[in-house]
Amino acid sequence: MNALTFPTPASSEAAEALRAEVRAFLAETIADRPPHKRAETWFGFDAGFSEKLAAKGWVAMTWPKRYGGHERSALERYVVLEELLAAGAPVAAHWIADRQSGPTLMKFGTERQKADILPRIAAGKCFFCIGMSEPDAGSDLAAVRMLARKVEGGYVVNGTKLWTSFGHHAHYMILFCRTDPASQRQEGTSQFLVDLATPGISIKPIVDISGSHHFNEVHFTDVFLSDDAIIGAPGNGWQQVTSELALERSGPERFLSSFELLVRLVAWLQSRPESQAESQAEPQAEALVGRLVAHLAVLRRLSRSVATLLENGENPGLQAAIVKDLGATLEQEMPEVIRHVLALEPMVESPDPAAAVLAQLILSAPGFSLRGGTREILRGIIARGLGLR
Amino acid sequence: MSFEASLLFETADRLLAKECTAERLLEAQAGGWLAGPWAALEQAGLTQAMSLGEELPASTAVQLARIAGSHALPLPLAETMLAGWLLARAGLDAPEGAISLAMGDDLSFEDGKASGTLRRVPWGRHVAHVVTVVERYGVAHLLCLPTAGAGLTEGANLAFEPRDDLAVDSAPVAAAAFADGVAGFRAAAAAIRALAMAGAMASTLDLTVRYANERSQFGRPIGKFQAIQHNMAILAGQAAAALGAGDIAAEALGAREIGVLPIAIAKVRAGEAAGIVAGLAHQIHGAIGFSQEYRLHFLTKRLWSWREEFGAEAEWSRLIGRQAVAAGPEGLWPLVASI
Ligand SMILES: Cc1cc2nc3c(=O)[nH]c(=O)nc-3n(C[C@H](O)[C@H](O)[C@H](O)COP(=O)(O)OP(=O)(O)OC[C@H]3O[C@@H](n4cnc5c(N)ncnc54)[C@H](O)[C@@H]3O)c2cc1C
Repeated sequence: MNALTFPTPASSEAAEALRAEVRAFLAETIADRPPHKRAETWFGFDAGFSEKLAAKGWVAMTWPKRYGGHERSALERYVVLEELLAAGAPVAAHWIADRQSGPTLMKFGTERQKADILPRIAAGKCFFCIGMSEPDAGSDLAAVRMLARKVEGGYVVNGTKLWTSFGHHAHYMILFCRTDPASQRQEGTSQFLVDLATPGISIKPIVDISGSHHFNEVHFTDVFLSDDAIIGAPGNGWQQVTSELALERSGPERFLSSFELLVRLVAWLQSRPESQAESQAEPQAEALVGRLVAHLAVLRRLSRSVATLLENGENPGLQAAIVKDLGATLEQEMPEVIRHVLALEPMVESPDPAAAVLAQLILSAPGFSLRGGTREILRGIIARGLGLR
Repeated sequence: MSFEASLLFETADRLLAKECTAERLLEAQAGGWLAGPWAALEQAGLTQAMSLGEELPASTAVQLARIAGSHALPLPLAETMLAGWLLARAGLDAPEGAISLAMGDDLSFEDGKASGTLRRVPWGRHVAHVVTVVERYGVAHLLCLPTAGAGLTEGANLAFEPRDDLAVDSAPVAAAAFADGVAGFRAAAAAIRALAMAGAMASTLDLTVRYANERSQFGRPIGKFQAIQHNMAILAGQAAAALGAGDIAAEALGAREIGVLPIAIAKVRAGEAAGIVAGLAHQIHGAIGFSQEYRLHFLTKRLWSWREEFGAEAEWSRLIGRQAVAAGPEGLWPLVASI
């Protein structure tokens, strides 16, 4: 496999039938969701919605039935995800658990952990957050300092995790930290399943630039975790955490974040009065819509192709990095180019949905090329894959 | 992909690697017809690869256009292959030899005879026939026009590939109604350019990676500098997008009708990638890439030409945009998801 290996994505009639079902469900369930809320995409939080989705069998779709899953194909799961995101459904509550925490437990967890946790995730009732970043460990994740010190029967954990998305709503965290105090870099790290109700954990809000509270700092003070909280083998944390990242990087959430704004542009073009329709700007606006649709359609193909590679048990870390980098670039460009056509002042509280969506996206766009690995880190991964490092 | 298809592609790749030497490319650039290599392509069955029926679907065979593009093949392989397929769709027999494709906007068709000018015909001076399309009383007709006797005005694209005007007056042509219409014809031609661009970008990436690892400055390979690495990553991303676009275009030739929308998408995306890829590749190569002597320009000049041919981004993006606006806010996502 090289950087340009993107096989033909799988497709099936069953998946297309499912697509129709999901659309009908969304048309009913989120009919009233306003456009600027839809523009939150996978950062829109609604625990009730996650539970309804789970009741339809659309959470934990590919997991074994004995863990509450539905044994559907990765392709069918992809269809559900992209339909949810394109519609702007509030999926944040279960998103991380479904995308990476559950699969990590499935792959590395003990039978007890799996039996205890996975059915609750599948029911849409158990939410997770990611405990990777620290004050001094961002892009350089191997610089984590947080230490779980071995004691009789378990570990005592002290330190701080940062930028923890939805930590304040989550029931559990998958914690990545050091277990060997003498270790350097990637060595001596482990992952833990942490019940956030454990004494000694305090969660403090971090307000983002838009004024909303979605991420947090999570402080651990002498938190005792029993031996059975460890996920996988002690010391195997780095291998596990990097395999988790491939799951994080190539899904449809990496290119659909600004889709609602394109919907608004199309709505505006369709409804504009005749006098404006004749204007000089018209062909340019149509061409812009066309160009953005072309970008989205091609990214969607590449992303489905990576899903196919994952399904076939390959490790498409390189392809995933390419999709995420292209996707984030597009998501960030969309508000910048669409604003020239709409010529509207972005306003959070505007009654004009296009102005409100534009505001939401301008304020969230900087994060698109930070979360899940920065643009620079991804490009380094791609360069390594090309054989330059 | 079937075993037969991968075998054919491997054969083609090896054959083209052997035939497309720098000397040959320069010879073609100077206006020469590479008779030997053309005979080799015909002998290997490549010129008719899209007409093998069940054995090899056209939507797979058309990937040969990408392979040809990756070698900057200076011969109308893709045109001949596609022309044969289009003729068969209209129920016409494909003539022997090289065939080109051109739009028939300045051509009229009456009583089995064509008059007017075919413009910018790829390899026009070298081919025996050109396939074109004209609309008459609202019905599109596919024409197969012999070039013998046509008035020739030579021209070329930026890569010095022949793009000639051919003038005819009451020339007898084979003709039949063409269900895919003028738009379908133009899209099919655009599809082979999108695929060729994808191939040329894949090769540009390979060439540039190799160069970045070989060329040393300040005591290390330039590929060790982070600025170069990040530009290479951008180049690779654009090449990947172009290949994805090419695949979308190829599949659109398999359907019962030629898929104009997916091909428009492919041409727009590959066309945009072409400029970025060519620009970065030249930057990373420094002055050597700017010389005739080094191979890069054969690829980049084709990228700058092909992105314009059979509709540039401006044209195709408007077509997509109009369809998207017609679909409306509710129909936009279903349109994207249908590709
Ligand atoms: C919206 C959002 C949600 C997040 N959610 C979570 C979460 O739930 N859990 C969690 O653990 N983390 C989360 N993060 C944190 C995220 O993983 C980090 O922001 C990211 O890894 C970058 O780390 P940093 O912010 O410390 O930046 P730094 O690593 O300090 O980077 C600053 C700048 O330097 C560049 N840089 C760093 N190293 C290099 C290098 N080697 N070469 C070139 N440039 C370099 C970076 O690309 C960036 O431009 C979230 C972040 C955001 C924005």
